[in-house]
Amino acid sequence: MSQQEFRTGDTPLPDVVILTHKLTRDYDMGSETVRALRGVSIQIRKNEYVAVMGPSGSGKSTLMNLIGCLDTPTAGEYWLNSQKVSDLVDDELARIRNKEIGFVFQTFNLLPRADALHNVELPLIYAGLGAKERRARAAQALQRVGLGDRMDHRPNELSGGQRQRVAIARALVNNPSILLADEPTGNLDSTTGLEIMGLFRELHDAGQTVVMVTHEQDIAAQAARVITLRDGLVATDQLQAA
Amino acid sequence: MPLFEAVVLALRTLQAQKLKSGFSFIGVFIGVTSLIVAWSIVNGINTYMTDKFAGTIIGVNTFHLRRRPNFTPNISDSTWRAWARRPRITFGDADAVTNALTVPVTIAWQSSDQATVETGAKKVLSVDITGASERYFDIKNLKIANGRAFTSQESRSGVPVIVLGEEVALKLFPDRDPIGKQVRIGGQPYRVIGVVEHQGKLFGFSLDRFAVAPARSPIQDMVNPPGIIDALIVKGATLADMREAMAQAEEVMRGRRHLRPRQDNNFVLETSEGVLAFWAGIQKFLVIIGPGLVMVSLVVGGIVIMNIMLMAVAERTREIGLRKSLGARRTDILRQFLAESTTIATVGAAFGVATGVGLSLLVNAASPLPATVSPFSIVLGVVIGGGVGIVAGVYPASRAARLDPITALRQE
Repeated sequence: MSQQEFRTGDTPLPDVVILTHKLTRDYDMGSETVRALRGVSIQIRKNEYVAVMGPSGSGKSTLMNLIGCLDTPTAGEYWLNSQKVSDLVDDELARIRNKEIGFVFQTFNLLPRADALHNVELPLIYAGLGAKERRARAAQALQRVGLGDRMDHRPNELSGGQRQRVAIARALVNNPSILLADEPTGNLDSTTGLEIMGLFRELHDAGQTVVMVTHEQDIAAQAARVITLRDGLVATDQLQAA
Repeated sequence: MPLFEAVVLALRTLQAQKLKSGFSFIGVFIGVTSLIVAWSIVNGINTYMTDKFAGTIIGVNTFHLRRRPNFTPNISDSTWRAWARRPRITFGDADAVTNALTVPVTIAWQSSDQATVETGAKKVLSVDITGASERYFDIKNLKIANGRAFTSQESRSGVPVIVLGEEVALKLFPDRDPIGKQVRIGGQPYRVIGVVEHQGKLFGFSLDRFAVAPARSPIQDMVNPPGIIDALIVKGATLADMREAMAQAEEVMRGRRHLRPRQDNNFVLETSEGVLAFWAGIQKFLVIIGPGLVMVSLVVGGIVIMNIMLMAVAERTREIGLRKSLGARRTDILRQFLAESTTIATVGAAFGVATGVGLSLLVNAASPLPATVSPFSIVLGVVIGGGVGIVAGVYPASRAARLDPITALRQE
């Protein structure tokens, strides 16, 4: 696809949510250095729906962690919403994760002892919101994913699909710039997986930028754009027909 | 995350992990409880020794002129033999000292031994019988409950009258008024003129099993050789008066004994300070041992808390990773874990204070020790107990806070 050429020293265009420039990440494994990413440059615009694919070891998890601000690159630049985050420190990254990124994990990662409402409230606690507003917004987010009647249920009282919906509500509750999903259907049966994909589609249609890591072709097919990684580099990057 | 949220979260977690929280709680609880109880018992023993023991044996602002110390812990045989060779205190010594004192003091003679006191029908064995002068009752703070004490006239002329302790009076005259009745000691008759009010016990021994008669009455034969007394008791109105009187008494006695400047006194001026010095030695030991044991239990409690928090960190690595990915900063995680350990420690300390105070009151009620809870020990208990919890929580909390979110999330 056509993209503005980005050079070091530039600032991304305003509608570019994610921009990586020659992003590299090395892991020091004692005697040898593993080069997980070897210079990845991608740009993702507002309201894109992107799937990142690649075989295991291709670097897609590493890219995911960098985009999610859980990790910092060895070299290169990462701009999120026109803010250069590649050189931020720990607490600043925590704030970015809290405000800009909504994570959806393969294993849901809900707090088992807390009910759905409290699980969804979590990011708002760290955002420093008062209890009343938290509850209102968490309830709203749960209604948005169709779980308005399950707010007081704990994760073990919910089905896998419902749990993932709670996780999605949690990801959305802070109105993040990007919804970042890591194998979101990996732990679900195919029917439930399709439901979740439907939900992603709805969210995307409502204007949400979605980035999803998957190794399943038919799940990736749901996205409008597929980026394939191989050996720490972008192999293909193509738009697909809806 | 505000502090309030952290505490709410801590309470929720503690509730969910009842067993682990329980162990930490018990650690701090026992530590604080034992600190307060040990403290109040040491306090009680101290009060007991200072007020009751020393006060009863010697008295406040009082010194005893004696041949040798009456209160003599750990005396070697050679010292004892040297004391036994000393000349005794005579009536003449007592009179000379009395006449020489220029400061306002109260003076009494005292000679004591144990003997049987009997009426025709009843007898009481091992009564502390004392030959004394009339001010003895004032100095010993013995209030007459019934009848009167003997007068200076009776004291000087050695009239065979007697004042009984409550226990002796009750045993000899269970259903009659003892005043005016006759008792016998060593075959000699005495007329009962007074009964002293109830004195209670010291170390479990009755303080009411005594009888006091004028020193110059026939009682002298029971307690000392002729012309000899055990002690001349001198009580000053103030401590300064007592010191002044002591100096004067020492001078008079050294003169009467013809002691040269370099020679040691061959008599003793014993004060309650001497008794208390002995007690201070014991107390020093108690003050170290008591809190020492308490410290051990607090340290154990702290280690338990630290272990439990470390386990909690290990067990909840994933949760920590998740919280971090959702925007928790290091301080948020640190605060969460610190709030947990602090909450345990605080609740443990609170219950410890309540139980400690309760047990102290129980000791106070059930034993002769006036165990008093000092506010300082409560403050110390809470500070140390709470401090142990916080300190024990810091290391696990900082470990949790430093966890890398990616690694933590991957943890099974």
